[in-house]
Amino acid sequence: MPDVIAADGTIRNDDWVVVPRPVAGESIDIPANTPALIPVDLWLAGYEHFAGNAKIGVWFDSHDEPELLAGKVAELPLIAVNFPRFVDGRGYSIGRLLRERFEYHGELRAIGDVLLDQLQFMKRCGFDSYALRSDKDTAKAAKCLNFFSQTYQAATDTNQPLFRRRAS
Amino acid sequence: MYVYDEHDRQIAAERVAQFRDQTERALAGELSEEEFLPLRLQNGLYVQRLAPMLRICIPYGMLRSEQLRRLARITRDYDKGYAHFTTRTNLQLNWPNLEDVPDILGELAEVEMHANQTSGNCIRNTTTDPFSGVQVDEIADPRPYCEIIRQWSTFHPEFAFLPRKFKIAVNASEKTDRAAIRVHDIGLQLTRNDQGELGFKVHVGGGLGRTPMVGPVIREFLPELDLLTYLEAIVRVYNRYGRRDNKFKARIKILVKALSPEGFAEKVENEWAHIKNSPSRLTQDVVTRFQSYFTEPAYETLTNATDLLASQRFENREFDKWLTHNVNEHKKPGYAIVTLTLKKTGTPPGDVTDVQLEQIAELADEYSYGEARATHEQNVVLADVRQDRLHELWQKLIPLGFATANLNTLNDVICCPGGDFCALANAKSIPVAEAIQRRFDNLDYLYDLGPIDLNISGCMNACGHHHVGNIGVLGVDKKGEEFYQISLGGSSHHDATIGKILGPSFARNEMPDVISKLINVYVENRTEEETFLDTYRRVGLDPFKERVYA
Repeated sequence: MPDVIAADGTIRNDDWVVVPRPVAGESIDIPANTPALIPVDLWLAGYEHFAGNAKIGVWFDSHDEPELLAGKVAELPLIAVNFPRFVDGRGYSIGRLLRERFEYHGELRAIGDVLLDQLQFMKRCGFDSYALRSDKDTAKAAKCLNFFSQTYQAATDTNQPLFRRRAS
Repeated sequence: MYVYDEHDRQIAAERVAQFRDQTERALAGELSEEEFLPLRLQNGLYVQRLAPMLRICIPYGMLRSEQLRRLARITRDYDKGYAHFTTRTNLQLNWPNLEDVPDILGELAEVEMHANQTSGNCIRNTTTDPFSGVQVDEIADPRPYCEIIRQWSTFHPEFAFLPRKFKIAVNASEKTDRAAIRVHDIGLQLTRNDQGELGFKVHVGGGLGRTPMVGPVIREFLPELDLLTYLEAIVRVYNRYGRRDNKFKARIKILVKALSPEGFAEKVENEWAHIKNSPSRLTQDVVTRFQSYFTEPAYETLTNATDLLASQRFENREFDKWLTHNVNEHKKPGYAIVTLTLKKTGTPPGDVTDVQLEQIAELADEYSYGEARATHEQNVVLADVRQDRLHELWQKLIPLGFATANLNTLNDVICCPGGDFCALANAKSIPVAEAIQRRFDNLDYLYDLGPIDLNISGCMNACGHHHVGNIGVLGVDKKGEEFYQISLGGSSHHDATIGKILGPSFARNEMPDVISKLINVYVENRTEEETFLDTYRRVGLDPFKERVYA
């Protein structure tokens, strides 16, 4: 996997690879020497085998339901959510639900068509690492993660909407 | 009216800086056309047929005079000196330069305005009744709730990339609906329950466009303090399950229809159960604070100027007509609500010049506590005019072109910019409006015809709300030629109805004759009390059809 951006804008390398969904009829090919993210439904199908393995995480596609992992998120070292196109906004709801409803506290990564101008939305929806699309300039991520120093509504980053913060 | 605090100002300033940065990156080639598209749309910027078009937000239609003056200046300095009031109570500039837009947004921010989310697949400007706070029969002033919704929806991180655009409207009177809430993605009707508590009846899944629908009720009573959590539940269900594979089936109305209103409501209730008691739930203190921005101006204790107005009416028939048609009852004795009509024949409906914007600002300062309101029917309201100054105001309005006493008549046309400006249009709409206005140039005849909503759209996106016009006109393209399809019987009010298509479309030059024939059928069939819509509903489509296609 290329550089990954953290929520504070710093850039780091890591070894996680995204294993694509195998074509129909074939079995998944999980690399042996590096941590891997596999499709969430395949992880569930092999739950006995994968649960608690610190080198196996899952990725959600934008149509996958976060409800799939209810009660199981603590067994995952890393969850990623794929944005197949940056205009597909379902991943934001998936992020918030994983964090706020299913209480996932581990690392949540945005993958796929991840661009600079959506980073702050992702951060507010609970994502804390971002695999920026490879043609985008990682040096600009820190700025884009912090365009706004103030926000109106509650999200994953704060459960206090501005109207409550104003009141205090 | 709402006034920014330091938080609002900071967010507004950061938004301008963000878009300046994004524009620079787009011009430098760091953002592709496709990547820049939703960013500029969510800042109101379209690339249109002839030039970029900038849609400036007027939150729920409210304007202060200083804002009108700034809009005038922007119109003059960055554009060609005219602008267009839209059916979403926004203001469009037709000729700005792309590179200037960050500066324009900066100028707007200085007077607490913006162009946020006036386009794109996000939550748009919330609209309401232009008579809010001054009408006689409203349940409560809807504007505090509109501002609460504006803040909640502004840069909502979860809902910036919905399947499609999303429009919310709030209505306050149970007798009238000047906000067309039943043809919105969410329509909120203020109401009281049996215990006298304030809340909303919630309609979801109305809309115009390609598949027009009247929004069904999914909740009869939502307590006012639950407003935001319930909206969040609705939009989350839509964001997750609305169709994204086909742009024409992506509006929430398609989802509501697919799940059935009951099925959709159940999903919303299930979602809401998780979040209804979160800190996003409003408190009475918070509502009170927002209400404190929309208090009454310093009204004087007056009595109705009944005798004075009666003698002024008697002396001047033109004033009498104007008073009858363009002036509405106010909740306070001695005051009146005045509508300045932007429907003078020869001027595109809703168009104003920079000078006119300044004149409206002056009139607002002089006669209406410095405030004005844009209406979804593309007129401007002065909401707090003393009755004993109506005659004086009317005399000033005449030379300015705002006194055309055609409010709610056939000539008070709702009309989109159409093929003269808009890249999406199939046909021009402004010349059709003008040709009809010229045909029906006798005000007494218009009054005799009574209220008729004539709505014209240049394409099926329906910015001119043709589906809900009593007479609707839709521009269509037939082998490269402009034709116009007519529908009858639409209404955007409490009795909201989607009009029925009359039959094959007509060429533009046939339109005045066709409208005349429709009007004649009404005149010949009506009983004394019937409006056009009443007669249509009684006699049905056939008599109209027979006459027009005879």
